[in-house]
Amino acid sequence: MPKNLRVKSSNFIDETTRVSFKFNGKNYHGFKGDTLASALLANGIHLVGRSFKYHRPRGIMTAGSEEPNAIVQVGNDKAITEPNVRATEVEIYNGLEATSQNCWPSVNFDIGGINNLLSPFLPAGFYYKTFMWPASFWEKYEYLIRHSAGLGKSPTKPDTDIYDHKYVHCDVLVIGGGISGIMAAKTAAQNNLKTLLLDEKTEIGGTTIYQNSDNFKIENKVSSEWLTNEISSLKKLDNLEIKTRTSVAAYHGYNFLLARENLTDHLSASEKKNKVRQRLLKIRAMKVIVATGSLERPLIFNNNDRPGIMLSSAVKKYVDYYGVICGEKNVFFTNNDSAYESAISLSKKGIKVNAIVDIREKSESLIIKEAENLDIKIYWSHTVVDTHGYKKLKQISIMKLSEDAQSVIGSRINVDCDCLGVAGGWTPAVHLFTQSGGKLKFRDVDQVFVPNKYPSKQISIGSCDGDFELDKIIKNSSSSLKDFLEIDKTDYENLSVVNSKEANKKNIWLLPSDKVIGKTKPFVDYQNDATAKDIKLALREGFRSIEHVKRYTTTGMGTDQGKLGNMHALGIIADTTGVKMGELGTTTFRPPYTPLTFGTIVGRNVGEYFDIFRRTPMNDWHIENKAKFENVGQWKRAWYYPQNNESMHEAVQRESLAARASAGILDASTLGKIDIQGSDTSEFLNRVYTNAWSKLEIGKCRYGLMLNEDGMVYDDGVTTRISENHYIMTTTTGGAANVMGKLEDYLQTEWPELDVYLTSVTDHFATASVCGSNSKKILNKLIPDLNLSDENFPHMSFKEAQIGKIKCRVMRISFTGELSYEINVQANYGKSLWEQCMEAGKEFNITPYGTETMHLLRAEKGFIIVGQDTDGTMTPIDLQMDWIVSKKKYDFIGKRSLYRSDTMREDRKHLVGLATDDPKEVLEEGAQIVSELNQSPVQMLGHVTSSYFSPNLNKSIALAVVRGGKSMLGKKLFIPMESRTINVTVTDSVFLDKENERLNA
Amino acid sequence: MFIINCPFCGERDQSEFKAGGEAHIERPKQPTELNDEEWAEYLFMRKNIKGIQFERWNHAHGCRKWFNMLRDTSNDEIKLIYKMGEKSPIE
Ligand SMILES: [Zn+2]
Repeated sequence: MPKNLRVKSSNFIDETTRVSFKFNGKNYHGFKGDTLASALLANGIHLVGRSFKYHRPRGIMTAGSEEPNAIVQVGNDKAITEPNVRATEVEIYNGLEATSQNCWPSVNFDIGGINNLLSPFLPAGFYYKTFMWPASFWEKYEYLIRHSAGLGKSPTKPDTDIYDHKYVHCDVLVIGGGISGIMAAKTAAQNNLKTLLLDEKTEIGGTTIYQNSDNFKIENKVSSEWLTNEISSLKKLDNLEIKTRTSVAAYHGYNFLLARENLTDHLSASEKKNKVRQRLLKIRAMKVIVATGSLERPLIFNNNDRPGIMLSSAVKKYVDYYGVICGEKNVFFTNNDSAYESAISLSKKGIKVNAIVDIREKSESLIIKEAENLDIKIYWSHTVVDTHGYKKLKQISIMKLSEDAQSVIGSRINVDCDCLGVAGGWTPAVHLFTQSGGKLKFRDVDQVFVPNKYPSKQISIGSCDGDFELDKIIKNSSSSLKDFLEIDKTDYENLSVVNSKEANKKNIWLLPSDKVIGKTKPFVDYQNDATAKDIKLALREGFRSIEHVKRYTTTGMGTDQGKLGNMHALGIIADTTGVKMGELGTTTFRPPYTPLTFGTIVGRNVGEYFDIFRRTPMNDWHIENKAKFENVGQWKRAWYYPQNNESMHEAVQRESLAARASAGILDASTLGKIDIQGSDTSEFLNRVYTNAWSKLEIGKCRYGLMLNEDGMVYDDGVTTRISENHYIMTTTTGGAANVMGKLEDYLQTEWPELDVYLTSVTDHFATASVCGSNSKKILNKLIPDLNLSDENFPHMSFKEAQIGKIKCRVMRISFTGELSYEINVQANYGKSLWEQCMEAGKEFNITPYGTETMHLLRAEKGFIIVGQDTDGTMTPIDLQMDWIVSKKKYDFIGKRSLYRSDTMREDRKHLVGLATDDPKEVLEEGAQIVSELNQSPVQMLGHVTSSYFSPNLNKSIALAVVRGGKSMLGKKLFIPMESRTINVTVTDSVFLDKENERLNA
Repeated sequence: MFIINCPFCGERDQSEFKAGGEAHIERPKQPTELNDEEWAEYLFMRKNIKGIQFERWNHAHGCRKWFNMLRDTSNDEIKLIYKMGEKSPIE
């Protein structure tokens, strides 16, 4: 039966409500209000994990989000389990299951612990040095490293929780609900500013809320009582919103911040059902007040990582806030007055404090007098040189510091101790400030970085601004608030404050031991197992930049980003190299401040909402007729329509034959459509297309090719002149938005004198393209009034017509080489149009075909697809499309680039056709082409861009880009594949109907 | 994430806008008169300075208008926004 490790004094723990939970498979209980860490400590459990590299036993070290050791896996469901959670932040609930990470088979017996014995062979950079060679072994090394590292388990099933995003706007955002944050929020809200106060903890109040000592008084009340009153008046203010369990993850420029509001993680499974788990707040604040407080520093000494060694402030919080005793034989180890606060707290509750080890020679503050009066033994000018106890601290060894504090003198004194509270002073939590672009300055007197230059409308107040004593915090926060909020007064001027601590501290980054450093383990980064020794080794090996040392030793690279030890790492580098701290710079703290779940980041954008998509008006028909779909840009396009268990190949072969033999129909609604009007439209088209547009008659269509200013093919499509000053341009499906943007750009910025207006009308129209030798008969049935004769309605022309009451625009244009009509109707009539085409085409076996058949049919004709046969490095000349480039036009976009020395090279890649020796052989798209097989290194001439088996020609066809291809007609080339080589011959790129007779079939 | 004051719509979130590179690079009126070097200067050469830079921006998810911006790239401070066609106020 474990001893009672609870004291009855906590206002924050509800001892009437027992909570049952499991840790590493065993049942425990705590009380409502406990964190997993406080509940485990109350059960006498310190050992909660193993370290990353040496697998050393590690215990709970802190009581907050900076925790480096007590990292657990919460939940054992395959869908809902979260790794890397700080036990100090998990609020317990009935049914909570948590397990230790980074140990196997169990935290008490861990095989990886052997690394600890091997540690002389695992110095900084070990992985880099050992696993570098040979490179081909890396896959095996990686497996081993990852296997033994094991930073928790990812869920293996989709997350069933609900997450949310919310935009929030406020006049003043206050980050941190400690004493200065509360002062700020109240002052802002009182002055009619819409205020939002965020705090990562369960309750606001910071550390003051459990400060029940007469050593710290405000207006003659103990500070916790004074603050409690402030909080109750704060909560009555109208224009203030308080969000707790909300941690600010990122602070970007222009006062844009991201915060994660945790809504249900503290609830049991039944309570949290169907509720939003976490919400990502996207906050835009006029002004930001950062009151994020400070983190207590550990001290760096030999074996400073054993379970039972904790931050002094954490020991205090566990007893004062949670009512939990961390140890029965307590010792504090300090370089400043704060450890005395903790010692007095324990002592007054009847908990034994064996000693305080203070590296200073003396301190005269009131709080020290009180500790002496409580008969606590103080060892001045002493340091801890070693600690003992493998899974739990048992004893420490201390020695007297030499005059210069660089070494120790005398002999070891052993002190029994199962909990050592270390107090190394305070580090302002400037993480968010620096994320926002703020610059720090180094304050020599107490060796801290404090905010210097604010990049936006923000201030830091309280201990994150470097004020660590109560009187200073109140005085400076009050005057900062007055200036920042531009107000005449605050409630906090002239308060009477009692503060019994003094700021005096003695800073030694690496404390000396009686052993040489090579024989010691002074941990700087607990999570990543980086020691002071590793940092010194990195410096010896020539690393100088703090960013390089950090990466080489992995200091600060863990999930805690080294919140505790980064300052010490800097300090040790400064001491070793003789560079001043202020000149060394700091490493960058990157968002998020604490890890975010992927669920929070994606919010509701999961499943079908993950990526936006568009469907055509005919979509339902395609689904009813079993179409397979492919993504083209944002569109879901019908890919092919398999019948009776056809494979894709079989379906495409059937569709391709039918489309030429009789009739085919394609949903072409996704083509980009831009309505262009204005008296200068033909001039505009002249400038954006490579060919001439001035003479295009009303009612006629023309194919155009658009280049980038660098001469490379950008897009293509057919543009139709509807009336004198009215044209409709079509673009590729994927290029529509970009083409629109490009045309607008030129009109607005280069040619504002042109009278041209652009409107994107892509989804105003639905388009059915009917092709094949019987397409004219089908159209005649569909639109009997329309004269379809070649004289009245020739290829590349346009008519307005009506199908019943539906108005339509019909273009006789072809992308398949067949006689073909594109019928455009208002989008709402799209499905009706399609169904009427199918009905009219029934007797001709009209065959719906998808994008795959479209690609095959156009390849038979050698028509390019921009983006498939081109890749942003192909000019029209490279594509052997010289015919479309006007020689007469003075200028068009990209023209000048066609005469650059580089674009005129003869050995550029050109588009050609390829015929395989074996006509049944279908090449792989992307396959590389060579002319010599036994070359070393082999020269790649180009690659296959399009390849199909053509059912109409009964042989394979392929398009390819080949270096100097224009002059290679008839040449034999080779395509080396994994197991064999395919022989091909360069051909013309038009495979079928070179005379274009089928257009007038 | 900036707040950008579109000269046509007012202050909007950066996510509504698209950056369009360096401003005040006029497309040559007679490209064919230029030699390769002069054309390359127009086509490829862009400043990318740490400090105050003239930039083109487009209110892509708004009025779709292009405008010019004077931005300090070292801290993202927007010094000035003015319409296309207006002369750069600082040379
Ligand atoms: Zn706008």
